[in-house]
Amino acid sequence: MQKHVVNSLADTNFYKKQVRIALRNSGIINPDNIDEYIAYDGYQALIKVLTTMKPQEVVDVVKASGLRGRGGGGFPTGLKWQFTKNAVGDVKYVCCNADEGDPGAFMDRSILEGDPHSVLEAMAIAGFAIGSNKGFVYVRAEYPVAVQRLNTAVSQAKEYGLLGDNILGTGFCFDIEIRLGSGAFVCGEETALMASIEGKRGEPRPRPPFPANQGLFAKPTVLNNVETYANIAPIILKGAEWFSSIGTEKSKGTKVFALGGKILNTGLVEIPMGTTLRTIVEDIGGGIPNGKKFKAAQTGGPSGGCIPAQHLDIPIDYENLAKIGSIMGSGGLIVMDEDNCMVDIAKFFLQFTQDESCGKCVPCRIGTKRLLEYLVRITSGQGKPSDIAEMEKLCEYIKDNSLCGLGQTAPNPVLSTIKYFRNEYDAHVIEKKCPAGVCKALMSYYITDKCIGCTACARKCPVQAISGKVKEIHVIDQTKCTKCGVCMATCKFNSIIKK
Amino acid sequence: MSKIKLTKVPFIGTEEQAAKLDAKLAELKELPGGLMPALQTAQEIYGYLPIEVQSKIADTFKVSLEEVFGIATFYSLFTLNPRGKNQVSVCLGTACYVKGSGEILEKLEEKLGVDAGECTLDGCFSLVETRCVGCCGLAPVVTINGNVYGKLTPDQLDGILAEYKPSNLKN
Ligand SMILES: Cc1cc2nc3c(=O)[nH]c(=O)nc-3n(C[C@H](O)[C@H](O)[C@H](O)COP(=O)(O)O)c2cc1C
Ligand code: FES
Repeated sequence: MQKHVVNSLADTNFYKKQVRIALRNSGIINPDNIDEYIAYDGYQALIKVLTTMKPQEVVDVVKASGLRGRGGGGFPTGLKWQFTKNAVGDVKYVCCNADEGDPGAFMDRSILEGDPHSVLEAMAIAGFAIGSNKGFVYVRAEYPVAVQRLNTAVSQAKEYGLLGDNILGTGFCFDIEIRLGSGAFVCGEETALMASIEGKRGEPRPRPPFPANQGLFAKPTVLNNVETYANIAPIILKGAEWFSSIGTEKSKGTKVFALGGKILNTGLVEIPMGTTLRTIVEDIGGGIPNGKKFKAAQTGGPSGGCIPAQHLDIPIDYENLAKIGSIMGSGGLIVMDEDNCMVDIAKFFLQFTQDESCGKCVPCRIGTKRLLEYLVRITSGQGKPSDIAEMEKLCEYIKDNSLCGLGQTAPNPVLSTIKYFRNEYDAHVIEKKCPAGVCKALMSYYITDKCIGCTACARKCPVQAISGKVKEIHVIDQTKCTKCGVCMATCKFNSIIKK
Repeated sequence: MSKIKLTKVPFIGTEEQAAKLDAKLAELKELPGGLMPALQTAQEIYGYLPIEVQSKIADTFKVSLEEVFGIATFYSLFTLNPRGKNQVSVCLGTACYVKGSGEILEKLEEKLGVDAGECTLDGCFSLVETRCVGCCGLAPVVTINGNVYGKLTPDQLDGILAEYKPSNLKN
């Protein structure tokens, strides 16, 4: 008889190196059932806070834990709560940033869909700590399931007396409203988000005044990211010391990354701060499929940068990622292999930021447009060698002068690809070649002597650029060719190459 | 921000739609920041934001039409154009893009004979680009009316579109 050994999911490489705090319940409990959340210690932290702690003690615990914002900036959460607690005002608000705009990131979505109560509980705790009775969750409308689960969670919590008036008879009142975005990336920025909840165009405004003093409806406001909130209840229950024992000196706890792109195992990974990128890519992610070579990992989305192979062994934390020209960001982690053109990737991100620039400030609105024009020229074979230095100068200008984080970080994908993949830019502007074979205008299709003259390509070519007799090697007229690639896909003998 | 495309299709609304909107507006009028939910509701009811409806919302909230128009054109999910019966959305998020969703979009534009952001003349399909829809593990992803099609290759597109053509739909 044959013996079958079945490994537990937790023993697979994908899960073995993960530490799940923010994702503790996702995929385990039924998010539509508050009882299951409660069975997993849900709302215990809120009860502990309301019945045994003073607001300042709560702030102190969060401060001592070393928790920093998971929405991108990495600002110490406890400090933010302290500022808002100290701010003078009778009405204060607690906001949750669930706008998750970074394309390629879905950590917050998973938490909202898999464990919505963890966010609501933490917001109530924040409300108690800073002296607020009202919270808003700002969710992007692209996440309808998250919206629906949040609504269900809010009404269940109210039914159980865990939200609403006089929570658990302690006299503390806290209510939460769900508000929807409408597809503007800039609304992830805190001041723009608040403008949007106020029912206005989601344009950012200069800070100060900071939201801690003048936020939503001009009242003192605490705004945190979904994942930041998801860490709060465990910190309250297990203590600041437990949390700060995980991670590196300046970055405590774990971070969830949305692993995607050219990688075998895609999905959400929660790793202790300080884990190396190599561990994520090779051990957890299982490496690059199809025997291709790793080229770069992109973190921080449109505000981040591309990290090349030589930095794979750097322990991930806020400071280290900034040092090598990227950012922690909200947690998108896209792996690219040798088939990705880094100039094209820079263009992709810039198209995104340029499209999403709200237009309020000139450096961002016009600067990103001019920068994008350089990249379009370069990828279409019209770049000049001097373009690269000019782009770097423009990047610095945009960074230094833009009103909000969108513009200030928009040049990062360009700068980091120039820094680490200068040879690819040079190939585009000097030799007019795209080494990865992505930029269509820089490539040509050729028929090699493997051609047996079957005429299939010539018949399929939409512009009749291919000629040749039956059973003879065909040729492509480069002046007619539109580089659509149909011939290459049609050829059964692999006789057509692009270079 | 992308260019504002105004529609040439005349506005036709039913009384039922108007009644639904009126009821919602009465509810939202007093809500702080209620203008956004009002526009979202209106778009749900009409499928887009005709200028006539924006006008009504402006009157309800006692703000100028310009202000409402400014908001309606700021957010990319608001549309001033009527929608086709079927919404074909191509994800151009990072994960999908590196796996070739750009080519998928090109092929769809070719097959439907419209640019992204437009509706086919027969009103059957509208084609839109979207940002990450959160299924990056399935990249490249296209959604039609919310149904997700993942790990797509261009040769699957005809088959998928055919499912939504009126001649193939059974009641
Ligand atoms: C252009 C731009 C987009 C942003 N998008 C998001 C987002 O999608 N989600 C998020 O949590 N924070 C986003 N942020 C960061 C927020 O402004 C804010 O710093 C954060 O939500 C604060 O929460 P935290 O301290 O818990 O990270 C964005 C910032 C900028 C400048
Ligand atoms: S990038 Fe397409 S689903 Fe995320």
